Amino acid sequence: MTDRAIAVVRAGALTTVQDEGRPGHAHLGVPRSGALDRPAAALVNRLVGNPPDAAVLETTLNGCALRPRCAVTVAVGGAPCPVTVDGRAAAWGAPIRVPAGALLDVGSAVSGVRGYVAVGGGIAVEPVLGSRSTDLLSGLGPPPLTDGAVLPLGVAPVTHARVDTAAQPGPPRELILRVTPGPRADWFTATALRTLTTRAYRVSSASNRIGLRTEGPPLERAVGGELPSEGMVLGAVQVPPDGSPVVFLADHPTTGGYPVVGVVRERDLAAAAQAVPGTVVRFVGVGGWPGRRG
Amino acid sequence: MRVPSAGISPTGGTAAVAGSVGAGDVRATGPAGATSAEGPPSTARPGNPPAAPSYADTPPMHVLPMGERALLVELADGAAAAALHAELLRRRAEGDLTVREIVPAARTVLLDGLDDPLRLAARLPSWEIPPPAARAEGVLEIPVRYDGPDLADVAALWNVPVRDVARIHSAAEFRVAFCGFAPGFGYLTGSGDLPEVPRRATPRTAVPAGSVGLAGPYTGVYPRPSPGGWQLIGSTDAVLWDHARVPAALLTPGARVRFVPEAA
Repeated sequence: MTDRAIAVVRAGALTTVQDEGRPGHAHLGVPRSGALDRPAAALVNRLVGNPPDAAVLETTLNGCALRPRCAVTVAVGGAPCPVTVDGRAAAWGAPIRVPAGALLDVGSAVSGVRGYVAVGGGIAVEPVLGSRSTDLLSGLGPPPLTDGAVLPLGVAPVTHARVDTAAQPGPPRELILRVTPGPRADWFTATALRTLTTRAYRVSSASNRIGLRTEGPPLERAVGGELPSEGMVLGAVQVPPDGSPVVFLADHPTTGGYPVVGVVRERDLAAAAQAVPGTVVRFVGVGGWPGRRG
Repeated sequence: MRVPSAGISPTGGTAAVAGSVGAGDVRATGPAGATSAEGPPSTARPGNPPAAPSYADTPPMHVLPMGERALLVELADGAAAAALHAELLRRRAEGDLTVREIVPAARTVLLDGLDDPLRLAARLPSWEIPPPAARAEGVLEIPVRYDGPDLADVAALWNVPVRDVARIHSAAEFRVAFCGFAPGFGYLTGSGDLPEVPRRATPRTAVPAGSVGLAGPYTGVYPRPSPGGWQLIGSTDAVLWDHARVPAALLTPGARVRFVPEAA
């Protein structure tokens, strides 16, 4: 077999196809989706010579195993993990050559949550609204990988990678999330706003691609009642009635009706994608956070 | 796999949407949906902590910060939100505004993907916002069989004979106020005195695609099978969502809609 495709031998806990997502359709109820750890996805693409918008695989905790039907260049990044080709150790975070029919095994994460596997030419499933991303909230894009599935590959890039290896930040021991206030900060008590930015929270095991759920001291509302649905953004810190903040990630709903106390800076969200359940989360108020000088 | 969001989403009750990957759980509007018409004001008031900086408070428009790239513009009501939405689309089409997302909702419009939110926040309150012009494409007609399982309950709530639900509902003209919950799910507000209905006390775990439902002040059509808590009055064969179509959604914000009775 020499067709440009890759077979899924072990799909892993949750492996999805991801690219830069499908922004621009939120008004139709379409989430942005896309890789959660964007820098890691961009880096593995660069390592195999792909353009930044090529689709990669995003694994969750325990990797995946793949058998290409043609010789391919692959790079594995994101959460550090062992990588083997036909049982022999191969490099993580660097381009590796996988012969046709060989078994590439992306092992369980040593630390972090999401691994990224770029294949030269990119995963070439049919795009939906301009993106190949799997959207777990709305079901758009390809379904999560299953054992035995076969994914088409794009034409291998002729350009060589500009980098052989690259430093990648390790997963956070403590997740620091800088948060700007609003739009509904005034729905919370002054105590709640101080609590959010001074007390420690932990990443909940109920976190997923839609949101990073946290456990910790609940945030008390100053305003009761209900908020009519309003538009949501990436990084929005929504506070449901139980008072535990949820940070919206790539597959977040486009509208919601629980008040958003603040918004996490986008550049802090890659680390959020790699924070395992139980990781300590510290929200740092910035941008005029109430009660904080500077 | 659920994340909170609220408002009147067409899924289940407060707690959860069982099993579905993420159809955000959503609570009901209160009885008769009164809350969606009048939420608490968003500006700081006496006794409240210092509010997030509100960039501009020119009543009835509040321009609220939402991260580093977005503004949430809050208006007095849904009609004002619709007018601002139309004006934003017009300005974007004319090249006067660069923004990735313009997301209308119950009484807000979100602008996301702005290069310089502060600059726009300063300009917005001085805009002249004309009432939205009627859309050129006219009124979209959606054929409906008024045979939903909650038809009798809705008739009882409205205190009318069952057959009158179809007559009353199909006499109204609707407007897509906003989309959300699922791709292609529009929240439609009706003209006139269309009575509101509460959501079902117990949401259904499965609502078929094409189901026409009511909740609070809204009518919606389920684009695909999902859990749902709206009162189902009918069904349609119209394709609400087809990602190969442009636009993929049949119902887009601002569109005018009529429901046309079909023999059940």
